[in-house]
Amino acid sequence: MKGKTVAIVGAAETTELGEIPNTSQLELHCDAALNAMADAGLKPSAIDGVACAGESPVAVAYHLGITPTYVDGTGVGGCSFMLHVRHACAAINEGLCSTVLITHGESGKSNVGRGGFRGGGAGLAAQFEAPYGPMGPPTLFTIPALRYMKNYGVSEEQLAMVAVVQREWAGRNQRASYRDPITVADVLGSRMIAYPFRKLMCCLVTDGGGALILTSAQRARDFPRKPVYVLGTGESVETPMVSQMEDFTSSKAFRVSARKAFAEAGIAHKDVDHLMIYDAFAHLPLYGLEDLGFCDRGQAASFIGERNTAPGGKLPLNTNGGGLSYMHSGMYGMYALQESVRQLRGIAPAQVPDARISVAHGVGGMFAASGTIVLTNDEP
Amino acid sequence: MPPEPKRYVPQPTPETQPFWDGTLAGELRLQRCDQCDHVYFPPRPFCPGCAERRVSWFKASGKAKLYSYVIHHRPAPGFTPPYSIAVVQLDEGPRMMTNIVGCPQTPEALQLDMPVEVTFEKISDKIALPLFKPVAATERTP
Repeated sequence: MKGKTVAIVGAAETTELGEIPNTSQLELHCDAALNAMADAGLKPSAIDGVACAGESPVAVAYHLGITPTYVDGTGVGGCSFMLHVRHACAAINEGLCSTVLITHGESGKSNVGRGGFRGGGAGLAAQFEAPYGPMGPPTLFTIPALRYMKNYGVSEEQLAMVAVVQREWAGRNQRASYRDPITVADVLGSRMIAYPFRKLMCCLVTDGGGALILTSAQRARDFPRKPVYVLGTGESVETPMVSQMEDFTSSKAFRVSARKAFAEAGIAHKDVDHLMIYDAFAHLPLYGLEDLGFCDRGQAASFIGERNTAPGGKLPLNTNGGGLSYMHSGMYGMYALQESVRQLRGIAPAQVPDARISVAHGVGGMFAASGTIVLTNDEP
Repeated sequence: MPPEPKRYVPQPTPETQPFWDGTLAGELRLQRCDQCDHVYFPPRPFCPGCAERRVSWFKASGKAKLYSYVIHHRPAPGFTPPYSIAVVQLDEGPRMMTNIVGCPQTPEALQLDMPVEVTFEKISDKIALPLFKPVAATERTP
């Protein structure tokens, strides 16, 4: 952080303080935010960074109608907001965003609307999604898919082909959970979970873990392993409720995150040698290929069907077998990154020859959040 | 025998209470911005389009189209599988999650874009859920 490079231009408290029995916790965040924006003379459209603790920055950004390119949910107790300020300075100086909104709100006395989906019944998803019987990601993440399939004329067979091709990659990986080849008929014949999704269109449930160590590029050459450099990064969030996605055929968080990462990296799509798209369910690679800009809207299923992402294809995708066949412990993004690193070190079980640039694209929640990392093994 | 587990019961907040008061009274209520006329859901005490605090509740038509869904085939508390978990697009614009009732829970009966209308199911003394059912063919306006 360089001195005098960032300033506070708006500051306000909630309209009331003390006992506020008619306002839920999330609305305390937003009340303070609206007052601070008024203080600064800004509308939500001028905000592109959101930081908060106690509530999810996804909920706060969505609620205020902000599309951020920077979110910070750092939650470390009472000093969290000092950390948010520090991160915001770094983010602004680094160009991740230009204007950061930091919010705090807590219904500490009245206890109104505290707790999210799991913690209590007052969150928006708890009121407006949970009563209709969703049982986790297989019934929520999947809901947009039929709309995508109808709009673009994508068949259940084409959706099944995503799993078939990824199994081909898994077959080359000794560590993959499922390695035996499968057919479209196998996928469509597997147990129905939540129509149109059969079991083999849903990710595995496994145990596992992973870790990464990062250091400066300058120091990186002194380590024994071939360095993999971060070339570009992106992030965004859209909505904590899948039912409120702006467009059921495309993820706004994907689009914003990917655009940012590609711009930072200064690369074109043709420069990408290897791609990982977090595949909790079979429709995720379709959305990912289109929202990252590798395919035109509605073309991803044909692109996969024509074997462009299969072994030997021009855009190797999910080369570890993906969440559908490799493993999925719950937060799979780490494994997508691990495979990108293996490919760029040249040690992947299904190695892409001469891979120089890899993109790892992750999702959070049910199309709620997104992060995109562009990596390269080219020396700086 | 233990009591049969029930479906999840929403707990209103002060900001969403008018919505739930509405469903209990047999009305689907939405909010409209006094400044820019934007109609939105879920409820909040300001416009997500322009951040205006002056917003008003109104009674929606209850008419919608089936936008997307899954048919859940696994057990869930308070439900008998298979059952639809759907998102409908209200004629006023916003989308909301719901269940489609009053028809077979099959892909053949659940056609995307078919007209549906709201119906209310009381699940506790204080909560009635807005569910949607197909508009009978004879009732459809040409």
